[in-house]
Amino acid sequence: MHEDLIPMLLTGFGETLYMVVLSTVAAIVLGLPLGVLVVITSTGHVLESPRLNRVLGALINVTRSFPFIIMIVLLLPLSRFLVGTTLGATAASVPLSIAAAPFLARIIENSLKEVDRGKVEAALAMGATPLQIVRKVLIPEALSSLVLGVTLAVITITGFTATAGAIGAGGLGSLAIRYGYMRYREDVMFATVLILVIFVQGVQWSGDRLARRINRNQHRLG
Amino acid sequence: MITIDSLNKLYHTPRGTFTALRDVNLQIEKGDVFGIIGLSGAGKSTLIRCLNRLEEPDSGSIVIDGREITRLATHDLREARKKIGMIFQHFNLLDARTVQGNVAFPLELAGWPRKEIAQRVEEILDLVGLSDKAGNYPAQLSGGQKQRVGIARALANHPEVLLSDEATSALDPQTTSSILELLADINRKLGLTIVLITHEMSVIKQICSKVAVMDRGEIVECGAVQQVFSAPSSATMKLFLEHSALLQGYGAGI
Ligand SMILES: Nc1ncnc2c1ncn2[C@@H]1O[C@H](COP(=O)(O)OP(=O)(O)O)[C@@H](O)[C@H]1O
Ligand SMILES: [Mg+2]
Repeated sequence: MHEDLIPMLLTGFGETLYMVVLSTVAAIVLGLPLGVLVVITSTGHVLESPRLNRVLGALINVTRSFPFIIMIVLLLPLSRFLVGTTLGATAASVPLSIAAAPFLARIIENSLKEVDRGKVEAALAMGATPLQIVRKVLIPEALSSLVLGVTLAVITITGFTATAGAIGAGGLGSLAIRYGYMRYREDVMFATVLILVIFVQGVQWSGDRLARRINRNQHRLG
Repeated sequence: MITIDSLNKLYHTPRGTFTALRDVNLQIEKGDVFGIIGLSGAGKSTLIRCLNRLEEPDSGSIVIDGREITRLATHDLREARKKIGMIFQHFNLLDARTVQGNVAFPLELAGWPRKEIAQRVEEILDLVGLSDKAGNYPAQLSGGQKQRVGIARALANHPEVLLSDEATSALDPQTTSSILELLADINRKLGLTIVLITHEMSVIKQICSKVAVMDRGEIVECGAVQQVFSAPSSATMKLFLEHSALLQGYGAGI
C-alpha cells in the first residue's frame, strides 16, 4: 500500500461529501417549490392553474432530458458567474443542483400526490389557505415518503459527482479516474469504489430508518 | 339560520352537462337537526358541499346566519368556513397528528394562542369522551373513535353550524347509534344547528327534527319528521318507508 493512499482518500471523500451535501440542499431549495407548485396547480387542487401546471411540467421534462455531461458543459458560464471558476467542488455543485432539482421535483410531486384528497378538503372546509395546506397538510402527511425521495436524490447525486469528477470537480470520482484509471493505481480504484458503496449503503439505511420512524405511529395498530 | 334560495349546480363532463341540483329551496332554523335523505346520486353531497362552497353553485343564493355565503370573496369565505364545522364519511383526519393535534388544527388556522388551544382541546375531547386518547394517532383508533375526533375537530372553533356528510355510513349500527347520540347531545347542550345528509332512514328517525327528501337533484318533500313519516307525499319517501318497514319486519322475526 502506498503511503499517500489514506490522505488522498480522505481529501477525495471530503470533497465528495461536500458536493453531495451542497447540491442536495440546493436541489431541495429549487425542487421543493417546483414539486409543490406542480401538485397544487393541477386540476381540482387548491391553486388550480392548468397553464402554469403545463409550463412547470414542460420545464421539468426538458431539464430532465439533458444528459448530465451536456448539462455540465452548458452550465459552465453559470458556474463561472456564480462561483468565479469552473473547477473544483463548489463550481461542480451548480450543474449537480440544477440536474437534481427537476428529478427531485418529480419525486416530491409523486409523494404529495399520494396525500388523500379528503384531508385537503377537510382543511379547506376549516378555512385553510393554500400555503397552510402545503405546510400543515401536504408536507407533514407525506413526510416519510419525502424522506425516501430525498434519500434517492442523495444517492443519484453521489453518482453524478463521479461524472463531474472526471472533468475537474475533485472528489472520489476524480481520484478513481486520475489515479486508478490513468496511472494504473489499483489500490486507489478499489478503495474509492469501496468507499462509495459503503457511503450509498449508509445513506439508504439512514433514510429507511428515518422514514420508518416517522411512519411508526401512523400505521401501527394497538 | 340557513336559507337556500333557487340553488342550481351543473357538472360539465366530457359526455355533456349534468344537473346535480335543480332549483333547491330550503329553510333551516337555528337549533334544528335537519336531515336530507335521498338515494345514492340524488345530489345530497353536492348540496351540503355548496353550503361551505367546497362546490361552487352555478346560481342561487345561500345565507348562513345573515351572511350571504354565495357572494363572499376568497378571504371572507375562509373566515366564514372557520365558523362552519364539517364531518365526513371517511373522517379525513391527519394521520401525522395525534388526536390532540387534529383537534388543535382548526384552532391553529384560526390563529388561537397556544395556551388557549391546549385548554380548548382538553375541554372538547372531554365533551366527545376521548380525553384518554389525546396522545394517540388516528391509526390507533376505531372507526367510532375516529369520528369522535372528527366531531371534536369540527366543534373546536365554536361553529354556528355543523355539516355532516354521511358521517355514520362507514360505521357499524351500534357505533352509528352512539355517534348519533353524541350529535343529539351536542345539539341539546350547545344549541348547535346540524345539517346532515344520509341514505339511511334510521339516522333520520333517531335524531332529526326536520327532513328534506331529495331525488335527482330536486327537493321533492320537506317538513317535520313525524309529519313526513306519517303522511309522505313523494314516491321516494314512500319507497324509503316501505323499505324500512320491511327491515323492521325482518327484525321482529316476521
Ligand atoms: N365532480 C363531479 N363531476 C361530474 N359529476 C359529478 C361530480 N360530483 C358528483 N357528480 C354527479 O352528481 C350526482 C350527485 O352526486 P352526489 O351529490 O355525490 O350524490 P349523493 O351524495 O346524493 O350520493 C351524481 O350523479 C354524481 O355522479
Ligand atoms: Mg354523497
